[in-house]
Amino acid sequence: MKTQSLLATFLAGAFAVLVLAMPMLVSADTTPAAPAATAAAPAAAAPAAAPAPVPNKGDTSWMLVSTALVLMMSVPALALFYAGMVRSKNALSVLMQVFVVFSLITVLWCVYGYSLSFTEGNAFFGGLDRLFLKGTFDSATGAFSMAATFDKATPIPELVYVAFQATFAAITCALILGAFVERVKFSAVLIFMVIWFTFSYIPIAHMVWFWEGPDAYTAANVVDAMNGKAGLLWQWGALDFAGGTVVHINAGVAGLVGAYLIGKRAGFGKEYMAPHNVTMTMIGASLLWVGWFGFNAGSALEANNSAALAFMNTYLATACAVLSWMFGEWLFKGKPSMLGAASGAVAGLVAITPAAGNVGIPGAFVIGLGAGLVCLWGVNQLKRWIRADDSLDVFGVHAVGGIFGALMTGIFNAPSLGGPGYYNNWFEMQQGYGGILAQFIIQAKAVGVTIVWTAVVAFIAYKIADWTVGLRVTPEEEREGLDTSSHGESAYHL
Amino acid sequence: MKLVTAIIKPFKLDDVRDSLAEVGVQGVTVTEVKGFGRQKGHTELYRGAEYVVDFLPKVKIEVAIDEKMLDKVVEAITKAARTGKIGDGKIFVYDLEQVFRIRTGETGKEAL
Repeated sequence: MKTQSLLATFLAGAFAVLVLAMPMLVSADTTPAAPAATAAAPAAAAPAAAPAPVPNKGDTSWMLVSTALVLMMSVPALALFYAGMVRSKNALSVLMQVFVVFSLITVLWCVYGYSLSFTEGNAFFGGLDRLFLKGTFDSATGAFSMAATFDKATPIPELVYVAFQATFAAITCALILGAFVERVKFSAVLIFMVIWFTFSYIPIAHMVWFWEGPDAYTAANVVDAMNGKAGLLWQWGALDFAGGTVVHINAGVAGLVGAYLIGKRAGFGKEYMAPHNVTMTMIGASLLWVGWFGFNAGSALEANNSAALAFMNTYLATACAVLSWMFGEWLFKGKPSMLGAASGAVAGLVAITPAAGNVGIPGAFVIGLGAGLVCLWGVNQLKRWIRADDSLDVFGVHAVGGIFGALMTGIFNAPSLGGPGYYNNWFEMQQGYGGILAQFIIQAKAVGVTIVWTAVVAFIAYKIADWTVGLRVTPEEEREGLDTSSHGESAYHL
Repeated sequence: MKLVTAIIKPFKLDDVRDSLAEVGVQGVTVTEVKGFGRQKGHTELYRGAEYVVDFLPKVKIEVAIDEKMLDKVVEAITKAARTGKIGDGKIFVYDLEQVFRIRTGETGKEAL
């Protein structure tokens, strides 16, 4: 009953906030588009004669498709991948957690997440110009605001960028769930996710990915000023094509902290806790593979050469990791397993994420083959050292694979190793590369900042959830299974 | 009357069913069960977690018969279910006190 009155209060409050915000949203139509992440602001500073660039229909189409592909990675792909690995009495609870966290973060993204991540602010957080996505569409003139890509005068509609990035935020939060399935309290999940998303996902995304866009670099003398407005890790020169730090290390470390704080499942290490449906897990992993083309190749933001490179690398590295995990398991553990092959695919996908458009084909081979072996070690030896019940190996696969990928990105970005290098001058759009050791150190620093930041925020967020509603269900509810005890339904009636 | 319960290897079910039909058995009840005996289980490995699975899948057959048929039935099951390897299963024979046919209300041997 107490929960119900709390829920009623919450719903009434949320509705009131929305109603009160309406005048602000409508009045936003008359304000000009906010500067950050749009091509409109640089255009305003440029000579008035230049017409506003029109989005390329190919780019826009590709990004709309990519966004839908990344959505598919969470629901159903990740939900199936995870649900297959738990016991049947908890399968539905995992589906439910992924489904609802995905929706929750999407809503928060449109309320404040996008604005705080991808508008101009300081080096850690963005501003409030895009609260409730105001200014993205002007109903008076019918004008849509534009978001920058990686080429000058090549924008895409900002709403596409908002949606694309929303799916990233949402899947990152959903990834964490794997670390504490089968015993976490559903209300604690929701509280944790709101706090962690706000204070870890948003700032890390801003630090790594926010910059003024190529059109802002209108002259050689504004380069430093424009660089200075970007996120902290972007300023350092950290390379993260599609989210090795922002998504995988961020989520993987938060998961590990959760596994420690929530504690092991009842009967862990003694009872039979094998995946109840590896078929489901294989289907999930396969859908992840498909969706990841949107995630990685879509992160090029255009339908161009960079997207092609990211696409092929994503395809190839994943296949490499399937083989290396499988052969590694066959060699060290005796049998090649389907769960191992599926895990290898995800390990490869994770590791190639920061590298996708940042390395050449040689990099994809090495990163893919390495990721399968490193993550196989992560879920075996490392997991035993850690002594936490990270139930679905969020740390062993996502953090370990993400760290490996982020570090390798720095190395295989080098043109001498077949990589494309990176732009070190966004005014003249010149490719460059600072040196393998230098870039490796930058990558390592970015990894370090991400690990510490997410660990601290996650710790606090779990503690707040613990103090308010408690992190765990009761031992009786855990024995019964979360399907019936938390949600009042079961996945199977056989 | 006797109730014969046999635990057999699952893949032998069809052979046993045919063999029982040949000796005139009118009906059997079959259940999928798990159990352990002298046959060793196996280990399953899921990523880093290793589980020893002691309980192996078996099929349990229950046949209610007139005691005059007992030897033939036991022989039929034995012949059909036997592979000669550990894990072929067991046959248990019980006295059966009473039988009712629900549809007609017949009792005893009439109801078998």
